Amino acid sequence: MYRLFRNNSLYSIINLFMIELKGLHKSYITGNNKLHVLKGLDLIIEQGELVSVMGSSGSGKSTLLNVLGILDSYDEGYYKLNNTLMSNLTEKKAAHYRNNMIGFVFQSFNLISFKNAMENVALPLYYQGVSRKKRNQIALEYLDRMGLKEWADHMPNELSGGQMQRVAIARSMISKPKVILADEPTGALDSTTSLEVMDLFREINSSGITIIIVTHEKDISEKTDRIIYLKDGIIESEFISPRKVSETVGAYRN
Amino acid sequence: MFDIDKWQEIFSTIQKNKLRTFLTGFSVAWGIFMLIVLLGSGKGLENGIHSNFDADAANSIWIFPGQTSIPYKGIQPGKYVRFTNEDYERLKREIKNLERISSRYDIRGNDLISYKNEYGSFGINTIHPDMEFIENSFPIKGRFINNIDIEKSRKVAVIGDLVDEALFKNGKSPIGEYIKIKGIPFKVVGVYSENSNNDGERRRVYIPISTAQMIFDGGNRVNNIALSVKDMTLDESKQFEEKLKASFAANHNFDKEDDRAIFIRNNQENIKEFQNAFQGIRLFIWVIGIGTIIAGIVGVSNIMIIVVKERTKEIGIRKAIGATPWSIVSSILQESILITSFAGYIGLVLGVALMEIIAKNVPADSMMFKNPEIDMSVAISATILLIISGTFAGYIPARRAAKIKPVVALRDE
Ligand SMILES: Nc1ncnc2c1ncn2[C@@H]1O[C@H](COP(=O)(O)OP(=O)(O)O)[C@@H](O)[C@H]1O
Ligand SMILES: [Mg+2]
Repeated sequence: MYRLFRNNSLYSIINLFMIELKGLHKSYITGNNKLHVLKGLDLIIEQGELVSVMGSSGSGKSTLLNVLGILDSYDEGYYKLNNTLMSNLTEKKAAHYRNNMIGFVFQSFNLISFKNAMENVALPLYYQGVSRKKRNQIALEYLDRMGLKEWADHMPNELSGGQMQRVAIARSMISKPKVILADEPTGALDSTTSLEVMDLFREINSSGITIIIVTHEKDISEKTDRIIYLKDGIIESEFISPRKVSETVGAYRN
Repeated sequence: MFDIDKWQEIFSTIQKNKLRTFLTGFSVAWGIFMLIVLLGSGKGLENGIHSNFDADAANSIWIFPGQTSIPYKGIQPGKYVRFTNEDYERLKREIKNLERISSRYDIRGNDLISYKNEYGSFGINTIHPDMEFIENSFPIKGRFINNIDIEKSRKVAVIGDLVDEALFKNGKSPIGEYIKIKGIPFKVVGVYSENSNNDGERRRVYIPISTAQMIFDGGNRVNNIALSVKDMTLDESKQFEEKLKASFAANHNFDKEDDRAIFIRNNQENIKEFQNAFQGIRLFIWVIGIGTIIAGIVGVSNIMIIVVKERTKEIGIRKAIGATPWSIVSSILQESILITSFAGYIGLVLGVALMEIIAKNVPADSMMFKNPEIDMSVAISATILLIISGTFAGYIPARRAAKIKPVVALRDE
């Protein structure tokens, strides 16, 4: 395989760019104050990558992820998702991309409190017009993969944090998205559970889904292949994670 | 709209948010319930009070002679005014818009009436044929007194259905039978009934006035005259009364300002006054009813605004996983329509049921409350109005909530 090293990052010329940012700016306006959060980001993430975004609190990690998830808009530059420009989208179009292209995992899980685990997982398929019976059946399969089959008819408040996050991950996967975006997915979990969840993400990634995880924990980021450091709204540096390096080197040796 | 899956989704949302559903539903059900109870009670009150008026023609005017109280052309007060057949004939000639007229001669002495061995005391009314329409005494068997009876002074009688019941036992038909009035046989030619609360109205015996004057020494004496005229306004009716009085004053030599020489009972005036009073009550009921509906609308609107607010985070989650704004707006609206329709229906049923129970428990001869009929079209329109306003009230905040960016909605706690 022909590979090219540039700026400490790994590009493959035969791979598609899943995410492409160029000169991305984003400010928040509150009253008379303007807070410039993202100050011209250039970033390329290829299909199938497992990337983490690190940075101190307030560095703009969530802002970036929300833009990537089309949950928020940006001011300048461009954002291409799977080679499609994400700007001036109608609400309907945006809903379509969120539903079909992106799975989002939140720090606070964001499950719907009056729906049980299975119904929560099945919800994205409801918006795709999949019949109730079929989507519940698929949801059960995903819960099974998360080891939560027995918990299918439990309400969110009857689940532990780790269980809720696994339900949320199942929900983000059920529509077979191209990208999963996770904002501090382990932020509310203890360290053992956090590592379990990271193993889950690695497994999902191995099936070809691009995953971007925002975190401020080093152990979490080290479970990914590539680490992007954000500071004061720009990409300060990026590294190939040590484990990826050893994997790659290992692959060359063989 | 008829997507089964969508309805299932809505049903499960409703089921799992019982308090919210109850609150939305309650304000609608309560509004409709109150409206129905109000309209029904108003109608019941009106019907009850209306039943206090006997079933006489609503536009009838009755004239009774009195005693003069003012000296007039040298005649001392205290003179008795006496009506005769002349007065009857004169009124018939003079009144332009006369509809019906009948005079009456009161037979003196007891009013015992017998048929074979059965006796009873009944009101004997000596009349002209027009009385049928002034008293609304319509024959249910046989016929009423007619002009030939008057001309030939026939000894015939038309009896009330309660008289029939009292004298003719075992369901025997009274037609063609002879009853005795003061010992004189009269042939029964008809039985009448009246749609009246007052049994007295159905315990009368009508005989021709000419016969009575002849047999019972009445000469041309008349004790009162009843007539009806075409519909008049309250003012016209009062003017008409003045003219009547002037006519009698001129013909009987009394001062037309003398208000004791003759007495006029003007049902038309009474009814008009009653109707005016009820127009007031009706207006009052409508004002309160509309107030109730407005309160219902405000209630539904408030609850819808709160519901949407409360669901902001949920809306954010749904949008983040791919819900279109329209799918969110439409499901909130469908939920609201479902709840308000159902609640409106419940209010409707409960209101009607309460009115039925009240109607059943009010004594049949109540003079205050009767037949609280409910105008269903009003009740249903009110329900629809509430549904529409609930929908509209839900639409604006739902639309706004569906439009906000998912990040903003998700931040909502
Ligand atoms: N909706 C908002 N309105 C105004 N300021 C915001 C908003 N969201 C985030 N910020 C600010 O933008 C900066 C970056 O926030 P964020 O992207 O959440 O950082 P991180 O996730 O890296 O902690 C912070 O200073 C934060 O206070
Ligand atoms: Mg953050």
